[in-house]
Amino acid sequence: MTPLLETHCVTRILPGPLPVTLVRDINLTVQPGEFIAITGPSGSGKSSLLYLLGLLDVPTGGSVYLEGRDTSKLSRSELAALRLKKLGFVFQFHFLLPEFSVLENVMLPMRKLGARSEPQMRARATEILDELGLSPEIKRRPDQISGGQRQRVAIARALANDPLIILADEPTGNLDTKSGHIVFDIFRRLVEDNRQTVITVTHDTQLSALTQRQIHLVDGSIVGAEYAASV
Amino acid sequence: MWLPVEIALTHLRNRKRQTLVSVLGVAMGVGFFIAMAALMQGFHVYFISKVIDVWPHVTIKDEYRSAPPQPVQRLFGDGVVTLYGLKPREELRGIKDADTVLAELNRRTDLAAAPTLRGQVFLRYGSKDVSATLVGIEPPHERRVSHLENDLIAGSLNALHTAANGIILGDGVAKKIGAELNDTLSVISPAGVILKMKVVGIFRTGITPIDNFESYALLKKAQILQDRPNVINQIRIRLNDVNQARSIASSIEARLDYRTESWEETYENILGIFVIQNGIMYSTVGAILIVAAFGIFNIISTVIHEKTRDIGILKSIGFEERDIRRIFLIEGLLVGLIGTLLGWALGYGLTRLLGTIRFHIEGFVTAQGFILYYSITHYLIAGGFAILSAAFAAWLPARKAAHLNPVDIIRGAA
Repeated sequence: MTPLLETHCVTRILPGPLPVTLVRDINLTVQPGEFIAITGPSGSGKSSLLYLLGLLDVPTGGSVYLEGRDTSKLSRSELAALRLKKLGFVFQFHFLLPEFSVLENVMLPMRKLGARSEPQMRARATEILDELGLSPEIKRRPDQISGGQRQRVAIARALANDPLIILADEPTGNLDTKSGHIVFDIFRRLVEDNRQTVITVTHDTQLSALTQRQIHLVDGSIVGAEYAASV
Repeated sequence: MWLPVEIALTHLRNRKRQTLVSVLGVAMGVGFFIAMAALMQGFHVYFISKVIDVWPHVTIKDEYRSAPPQPVQRLFGDGVVTLYGLKPREELRGIKDADTVLAELNRRTDLAAAPTLRGQVFLRYGSKDVSATLVGIEPPHERRVSHLENDLIAGSLNALHTAANGIILGDGVAKKIGAELNDTLSVISPAGVILKMKVVGIFRTGITPIDNFESYALLKKAQILQDRPNVINQIRIRLNDVNQARSIASSIEARLDYRTESWEETYENILGIFVIQNGIMYSTVGAILIVAAFGIFNIISTVIHEKTRDIGILKSIGFEERDIRRIFLIEGLLVGLIGTLLGWALGYGLTRLLGTIRFHIEGFVTAQGFILYYSITHYLIAGGFAILSAAFAAWLPARKAAHLNPVDIIRGAA
């Protein structure tokens, strides 16, 4: 079976007078339905690795394979199209468009994809928001809801186009413990109930323990991956 | 609504005041352009229509563009002998064999020709001496080549025949000398002939040089005054199609050798001023629109700076560079478009306002207010230029926004 996501010797070096190596020789395989945490001290290259896995950034060496397809030869707009269809992002900051309502923010990726009709998009967005317990807020604007709710809206937006993988970059970094647990709970439910694949960067060991597999990075290299016994 | 348009609109809505200023900048550029163009082309078109109306379209004069070669020159052509101190022969002025020329011209169906004798005279009335050009005409012919009869504000053309010595004055001449209808004045020619002439008409064409310096009498009287019996020195021609003036003038000149001027050539200097005037107008208004374009550049750069995060998130979601570029281009175009529409209204309003102002002006033409020319072309030029410059002003920052790297933005925010 082709792995969902695979990396071969992925290296990312920031060019400059003093080149900085963000990640080095990363070999990684992600199977469908996995819930993975990338952990490590700050500056270890967690986020850089996530951006590479999410095709936001392009490696300076090695390749990232999505569904067995080499992405290193793709143009920027082809990568954008892949992100739109197959990947969903959640960042530390919610990054919602402030002028658009919660519902409109969730509809944004669907509108860009254009695969559904307007009422279908509306129904789909409402359904996702409902699952995440946000139905009362759909008409509100991002600045009218709490931080935890905003992050859940961001997750809803990441789910909008039924992505293969959800990539989260410190999704709980700005949240209180309770909201953080809610977010991780959502991820776990997505993995368990919907066979969704989730890769999240976190430095919170308490939360990373909730995942099936942790990838520990130190100075841009993997130092040992351990699997949770079973979920 | 199309997504890029919707996002563009929210950006502009969030910066209402700045958007308004940019829109007004464009609107003013467009509006002023339209008003100025209407004003300037108004005078231009009015002047031309007046000239075409009043002045003969083609004038044959009794002179040559270059003096005809002397027999000795013709004999020793091509530098065998060098001649010093050669003077062109002084010829008796006047168009030779004018009757034949006139008869021939009047056989043509595309034009009408009339004989004239033009000469300088002194008008003396009371204690005043005024120099003027006296044009000797034959009313039946004159009617076919100029609208003198329509321009009379007092008296009549026929009175030239009924009065013993009738003269028709331009209203500027009449004012200068202080004479009115039916006054009798002395007309003195350089040939020394003095005639008592009665003012039988006063005309006003609206073209200042004509109204201030010309007067008309019967051809016979003019010939007596100038002591040049049976001589005419100009043939004035009116064409059915005024656009043919240049080509007909040059074909007549080629046949007769006499200097033959189209009205464009006669008024070349003044028409040249209009060209310069148009140049000034286009550059002034161009400058206004360039300033407006800076406004657009400014607002879009500001929006992009403010919305860097949004650009990052849109790109991470999967928006392509061209989507981002499109959003900001649309913003610029919207500003340009709304500004153009407002500017059209402003321009129309300004033009109407200018039209209501009444005053007396006397330049090349005399008028009682601004003469305005409404033309859809002005609106299209102004709008086209405004939208183009808006698009360009937006395109520069939009391109920059499209090239922003989402990773940098997200890292920067974290």
